[in-house]
Amino acid sequence: MHLGRVIGTVVATEKTPNLDGVKFLIVQPLNRDSEPEGKAVIAADAVAMAGPGELIYFVGSREAAQAMPETFVPIDHAIVGIVDQVHVEPVPRASAKRSKDRK
Amino acid sequence: MKLARVSGTVVSTFNSPIFDEQRLLVCDYLTPTGELAGGYVIAVDVVSAAPGETVLILDEGTGARQIMGVSGGPIRAMVVGIVDDVTSESTDAG
Repeated sequence: MHLGRVIGTVVATEKTPNLDGVKFLIVQPLNRDSEPEGKAVIAADAVAMAGPGELIYFVGSREAAQAMPETFVPIDHAIVGIVDQVHVEPVPRASAKRSKDRK
Repeated sequence: MKLARVSGTVVSTFNSPIFDEQRLLVCDYLTPTGELAGGYVIAVDVVSAAPGETVLILDEGTGARQIMGVSGGPIRAMVVGIVDDVTSESTDAG
């Protein structure tokens, strides 16, 4: 799963029948620091609550369809959660040492 | 499976039901030698990993659902192990 920002909506009247009622949003993928990274994708809104401007996380590939009520649908990205908060530590600049503090 | 370092958390209230009560961790992929490989993933944590720890990421849906004990659900990336040590002779893999 990756972070994304909803930047638009897509309306399609004519579509595969089992996609009826599915809301499509344009999602800009974000990097770990919530900055835009890569090309925007069209994602189905599996939480049915996401809207433009919102920070979300989405799942790609076969698992996207698993997010929908009808799971055998032609979908390759789905919004599966609305993000309330992201806490990410800054990238360590020095060559990272593997953690050994857990015994 | 891939090596990654836990670098943060994601908090979400509205989500697919499979993520209810689950911890979501932001994990930066690592090379076998412990450097950042570029890229990250948001993964469900089933081993109680802490930020800064090196972990094992499973990025495959069927295995993830098996761990969760469900037959369906949009789950794919998972933290499935906490790495104690890696011995690697290669420097260009990853």
